[in-house]
Amino acid sequence: MSTVSNLASRRRVLKGVMGGAAVTVGLPFLDCFLNTNGTALAATGKKLPDIYSTWYWGLGLNPGRWEPPTDGPITELGPETKPLEQFKDRINLYSGLKVHLDGRPAITHFTGNMSVLTGTTPRSSAVVTPTIDTLIADHISSTVRYKSLEMTSTGNPKHMYSFRSGGVFQPGEADPSAMYARLFGPEFVDPNAADFTPDPAVMARQSVLSAVRDQRKSLEKSVGAADRARLDEYFTSLRQIEQQVELQLQKPAPLEACTIPGAIGEQPVGTEVEQLTATHKLNAQLAAYALACDQTRVVNLVYNDMTSSLRREGSQMVHHIYTHEEAIDEELGYQPNATFFVTRCMMGLADYLAALDSIREGDKTLLDRILIYGITDTGYAKVHSVENMPQITAGGANGRIKTGIHYAGKGDPTTRVGLTVQQALGLPINSWGTDSMATSKTITEVLA
Amino acid sequence: MKKSFELKGTLAAVAVVALAGCSQSEVAVVSTGIESPSEVGGPVVMSRLTEDQYRNIIEDVFGSSVTLGGRFEPDNRVDHLIRVGAGQASVTAAGLEQYDKMARSLADQIVAEENRAQYIACAPADATKPDSACASQVLSRVGELLFRRPLTDTELNEFVTASATATQRVDDFYHGLGLGLAGLLSSPQFLFRHEISEPDPNNPGQMRLDAYSKASRLSFFLWNTAPDPALLAAAENGELHTQAGVQRQVNRMLNSPLLEEGVRAFFTDMLEFDRFDTLAKDATIYPKFTFAAADDAREQTLKTIVDHLIDKNGDYRDLFTTRDTFLTPLLGSMYRVPLLAPDGLPDAWVSYEFDQDDGQAGILTHASFVALHSHPGRSSPTLRGKALREVLMCQIVPDPPGDVDFTDFEDPDHSGPTVRIRLTAHSTEPMCAGCHKITDPMGLALENFDTAGGYRTTENGVPIDTSGELDGAKFADASGLGQVLHDSPAVTNCLVNRVYAYATGRKATKAEEEWLRSSVKDRFAADGYNVPQLLKAIATSEAFYRVVPSEAAMASAQH
Repeated sequence: MSTVSNLASRRRVLKGVMGGAAVTVGLPFLDCFLNTNGTALAATGKKLPDIYSTWYWGLGLNPGRWEPPTDGPITELGPETKPLEQFKDRINLYSGLKVHLDGRPAITHFTGNMSVLTGTTPRSSAVVTPTIDTLIADHISSTVRYKSLEMTSTGNPKHMYSFRSGGVFQPGEADPSAMYARLFGPEFVDPNAADFTPDPAVMARQSVLSAVRDQRKSLEKSVGAADRARLDEYFTSLRQIEQQVELQLQKPAPLEACTIPGAIGEQPVGTEVEQLTATHKLNAQLAAYALACDQTRVVNLVYNDMTSSLRREGSQMVHHIYTHEEAIDEELGYQPNATFFVTRCMMGLADYLAALDSIREGDKTLLDRILIYGITDTGYAKVHSVENMPQITAGGANGRIKTGIHYAGKGDPTTRVGLTVQQALGLPINSWGTDSMATSKTITEVLA
Repeated sequence: MKKSFELKGTLAAVAVVALAGCSQSEVAVVSTGIESPSEVGGPVVMSRLTEDQYRNIIEDVFGSSVTLGGRFEPDNRVDHLIRVGAGQASVTAAGLEQYDKMARSLADQIVAEENRAQYIACAPADATKPDSACASQVLSRVGELLFRRPLTDTELNEFVTASATATQRVDDFYHGLGLGLAGLLSSPQFLFRHEISEPDPNNPGQMRLDAYSKASRLSFFLWNTAPDPALLAAAENGELHTQAGVQRQVNRMLNSPLLEEGVRAFFTDMLEFDRFDTLAKDATIYPKFTFAAADDAREQTLKTIVDHLIDKNGDYRDLFTTRDTFLTPLLGSMYRVPLLAPDGLPDAWVSYEFDQDDGQAGILTHASFVALHSHPGRSSPTLRGKALREVLMCQIVPDPPGDVDFTDFEDPDHSGPTVRIRLTAHSTEPMCAGCHKITDPMGLALENFDTAGGYRTTENGVPIDTSGELDGAKFADASGLGQVLHDSPAVTNCLVNRVYAYATGRKATKAEEEWLRSSVKDRFAADGYNVPQLLKAIATSEAFYRVVPSEAAMASAQH
């Protein structure tokens, strides 16, 4: 598969014209492959790049209320997934899959969360790494401005579940205005700008970043293995900054779907459900714009945290407490207040899908190109169950995933979905997970 | 405005300036180092600077007139301390992007035409061309303060060359120099505190920290910032490799106004005050608990601690019983005590002694504790009890088990008007009782304080029962709980352990734990539980600087 960027080629284009004078650079090679809608020309067989998103919500769904009544094509959704009705042909739901504990402790919320995200059931409360998003980012998002973007809607940067190897935690951006500034601030290079003028000041930065990079050898000599891994992570991060600088010096390929959204001012944030929903909508839109403009190819978006602190204004209770302390309404058969928040989570996912679907790329939308993996920490939050863990995928993965399907598993590990997601995005792996969570079986029913 | 180190002066001259400012309130320093067996020590640590350390260093080096626009990656807490978590943290791409932005913004301010006279002692022969001599002078001086040691020739040469190349790109010496400074500020040598060990010539076969690592460990321990020029000079001239030299420097540091910053930083870490950054209460139920009120609540406790431990040289244990504190009118309204704004200044702090009837008992009843360990809409005896056990007593409360059947909690009998009634099921259900019995009786004693710290005597119209017990000692209310904690050896032993872990940036080794248990805690008691004396005892001990490789490192070295 081709990528939009080709650093080596562009460097050659720029060579000799960067002496400091403002110059206008001609379009790079890729433009000859793109028509005015930004779609691939059939003759080349090239596609716009794969993109991925983890979408995270806390405290699962109530078993028996979210699954479609039948296996196979989704004709009807369960009451708790009804907010996704508009997108029922663009999603897949996976039920009946579980986290296998292998005799390890079921640490509430944490075990389910870590196991689904990493394919390994933790032995203790120590974080297991790497999470699936980082594996995917290393594969599909290494050549763009941001290897991944992390956004959380709760106002707390620690409410993010992305860990790189070595235990490096990637916190979430909690302030949409800060994310806007990061994405579309002065260092954003508009791919559709008529002219491109490389900035000599940006080139000047390169020499200094190179000097920082040169510190690596002498530093690594004097540290032990664990600290060396942390330094490696630092220098990997530095490489990304260098790459961002390189990209600022190149005329990007035009992207018809890329538009710059209106500026976002400072926003209030919090876990009151209406506030959080508003923040999440902004995050969803920013994610869509960032992906459409090829600023990143991986987004981690958190709706609510794993011990959900969602609440209604004026209420003493939060979602998490409701799941444990609210009685099941005998007539309804479920916890009404806890379920209110469950429904809001699914409405949040619908907001995200709508934001992606609103961006057209030729005769398709961003939702057709992306693969979203919806992940949560529990099956039935009321009892902290890690059975029947709800999992959702959305989007067509550039044509590699069939949608509108309910897959009803029979106690297989959750990793089957994770493996399917990775293979759909081209990761060269045949199996994923460890011990009883290890699997080499994808969900073939959804692979196109 | 805080005075920065004088970047234009010589090291020696600056040392005099720094020493001259060290006599604000003399701490009576009488302790000497505690002897420690040769096996007591631990591995070196590589710690990422915390946000506060970064900010302090920038202010020390460049003064408070520079602005630091930027965001930091959240600090990670390990073994209950951010200081320990920093020893396991790295820098993500998003984090480095922010460091890089802050660095360039700072550098722009340093080289701005209007600021050059303050920060740059030399001038280039031609402002459009590289000037290695001038660049070298500035970068070596700033580099030493940022890296906490002199730059090696190779390091200096690389940054001077990079600055020259940058200058040539833009035909501007100052722009190139600024980028060189930004490079220093984004370097791993600045962002990580990287300790170096060396053979100890006084104790053949043993290892110790090198002099500059000693200076850093001391400075971040006592001041939460990088070594000042005087401490760097003590490292350079070998003073820190002598017991007398260490004593001299520790005395100087304990008597510096910067000690307050160090003590604040320790208790901010230990009491988990970083959580205030995201603390919110339901605005409809608790309209007074604004972000300003939360800031005041944190500051109230820190002011109380500083006043009691440093200014009054008080007994650490009395923090759990004292009714002396500081309030703003905003806090006064939260606690429901009348407090007039002094001189009409609504933000002003006044010292205040609670009445016996106000129900207050030490820092446990401050909003900083009861609000921090509660839900947004209601109090939580379980969260409060867990925090008392884990934060103040260094005990571990296990996580709740998985697959709990919560049916009992839905019993209408358990949905009573007070939280004590609602928690009954936890203490009667065997699967839950084990943990809830060690948290809830302590937490219930604080039920006179709602989730926002406000005092109350009833919940839903029913009088609140605040009786409880801790490890067999019974009490009637929060002040009784405070007295029990005051008398608990677990509380003072916990402080000793936390201070040592904070000072070294890592969990104590087994030998260190034994030494803390057998020697340091006795010294702490003999010194009347005086915290500056505890800091001194640790800072002047040989164990604090002795490097004993971890078992993992030894195993790795043998392969």
